[in-house]
Amino acid sequence: MPYIAILAFFVVLPLILIGIYAFTNQQGQFTIQNFVQFFHRSEAVNTFIYSIAIAMITTIICIVLGYPAAYIMAMKSFRTPAVMAMLFILPMWINFLLRTLATVELCHMFNIPLGEGPLLFGMCYDFLPFMIYPIYNTLQKIDVSVLEAACDLGANRWEVFAKVVIPLSMPGVYSGIVMVFMPTVSTFAISELLTQNKITLFGSLIQRSFGEGGIAMWNYGAALSLIMLIIISLTSFFGNNDNEEINR
Amino acid sequence: MKRSIDKRDIWSRIFSQAYLYLLLFVLYAPILLIICFSFTRSKVLGNWTGFTFALYENLFCGYDFAANVQVDPNLYKALIYTAIIAVSTAIVATIIGTIAAVGIFNLRQRQRQAVMFLNSIPMINPDILTGISLFLLFVFLGINRGLGTVIVAHVIFCIPYVILSVMPRLKKMNPNIYEAALDLGATPAQAFHRVLVPELWPGVISGFILSITLSIDDFGVTFFTKGSGGLETLSTFIYADARKGGLTPELRPLFSLIFLTILVLLIITNIRSSKQLKK
Repeated sequence: MPYIAILAFFVVLPLILIGIYAFTNQQGQFTIQNFVQFFHRSEAVNTFIYSIAIAMITTIICIVLGYPAAYIMAMKSFRTPAVMAMLFILPMWINFLLRTLATVELCHMFNIPLGEGPLLFGMCYDFLPFMIYPIYNTLQKIDVSVLEAACDLGANRWEVFAKVVIPLSMPGVYSGIVMVFMPTVSTFAISELLTQNKITLFGSLIQRSFGEGGIAMWNYGAALSLIMLIIISLTSFFGNNDNEEINR
Repeated sequence: MKRSIDKRDIWSRIFSQAYLYLLLFVLYAPILLIICFSFTRSKVLGNWTGFTFALYENLFCGYDFAANVQVDPNLYKALIYTAIIAVSTAIVATIIGTIAAVGIFNLRQRQRQAVMFLNSIPMINPDILTGISLFLLFVFLGINRGLGTVIVAHVIFCIPYVILSVMPRLKKMNPNIYEAALDLGATPAQAFHRVLVPELWPGVISGFILSITLSIDDFGVTFFTKGSGGLETLSTFIYADARKGGLTPELRPLFSLIFLTILVLLIITNIRSSKQLKK
């Protein structure tokens, strides 16, 4: 299987390299200095916490806005649900930088100063379709007879929704969370464009240590990347775990 | 759901439809705004200076006649590079991905799960981490970054998607057909391209299209693997352009055209798939 070799060389080895760079200094000696440096810089730690908070808020807003939309579409109150679903998915196919720029232009037009508000709006705007789509998919697969059974057994509308629809749609919500949280916690382009570099996110911190920092900052950047990698694996692990529990 | 017609139902229906349309309006407002302002020639948005196709002319001629300056030539270079990278990525990724899918399918359960887990890493990993890890790999190997490294990187993150779109076709296929071909005297190579490939073709095509869109859409991986030799794709060009401050006005008609193309493509594929369903 040559593909296993390709995977090992281009996927596993590079990730190991991040680890090696993170634990060495420029001369290639083992050190934990990179991590010490991170925890000693209060601004770096603050940026880290701030990024996670922003990503969480974005995810929550996307659930609150996206779930009802997916629910309404799945309940077929439209004659053409497929067209509706397509309209929501369509923006996903447009380059996210172009979409972000469109929001930047919108802010300019209404003289809204770029900053935290536009950042949240832009992130939700960019990633809302990624929340709606998986939720819509799972909602669509729910058997109507299950809902009817709940009604027949005496549940009112609200109970059907809270006790049947929501639990059954949880796998979709989890994959939506993963699909929104991961890119928002790691982005650097969106925040730079929407705040004009006023707000720095963790992704920008990593990008700068590789971009403008020069070779001297690579090891530090690798340490930051490793921290991000841990966050990402935790999130995807959390998502998988819960999926399995529901499938059981 | 039960559909009894009473007043509450009608109101909740009106309310829910209104909510969807409002959400759609917000989602599309920035896009529509850019399309509207692609027909006027002001430098910034919100400043309507009369209807004109001037920006479209500029975009196609590469020359701004009114201001007597050239449209940034880097924009066209970026477009050409984006096309080259997308097409070559899609071709290579589709070939490798299809062969790999067949290989993985023939593995035993345990091994298959292990490979599929490795396969999912590039899909789960955010582009910035994929980009940095490949960047470190190229540095480690002492390879100069440029067009080649960008294509390699794109191929790496596209292959898993090709595998995922070919896999369902493989699972649906009757394995006896392939063996029958072998029994009837076909060499494994002949059986592969005469029997397997036609069976898998729809999956292969959707993998190819997916690779093209992923490659065009990518920013993070390209950003870290393009090197500093002045290679730009559309994404990185827009990023650099926006960071400089003023956005090149010619990007507005370009954006509108891209949007229109995607809209038409999606409508065509939707019509085609619904026709296939009817059959």
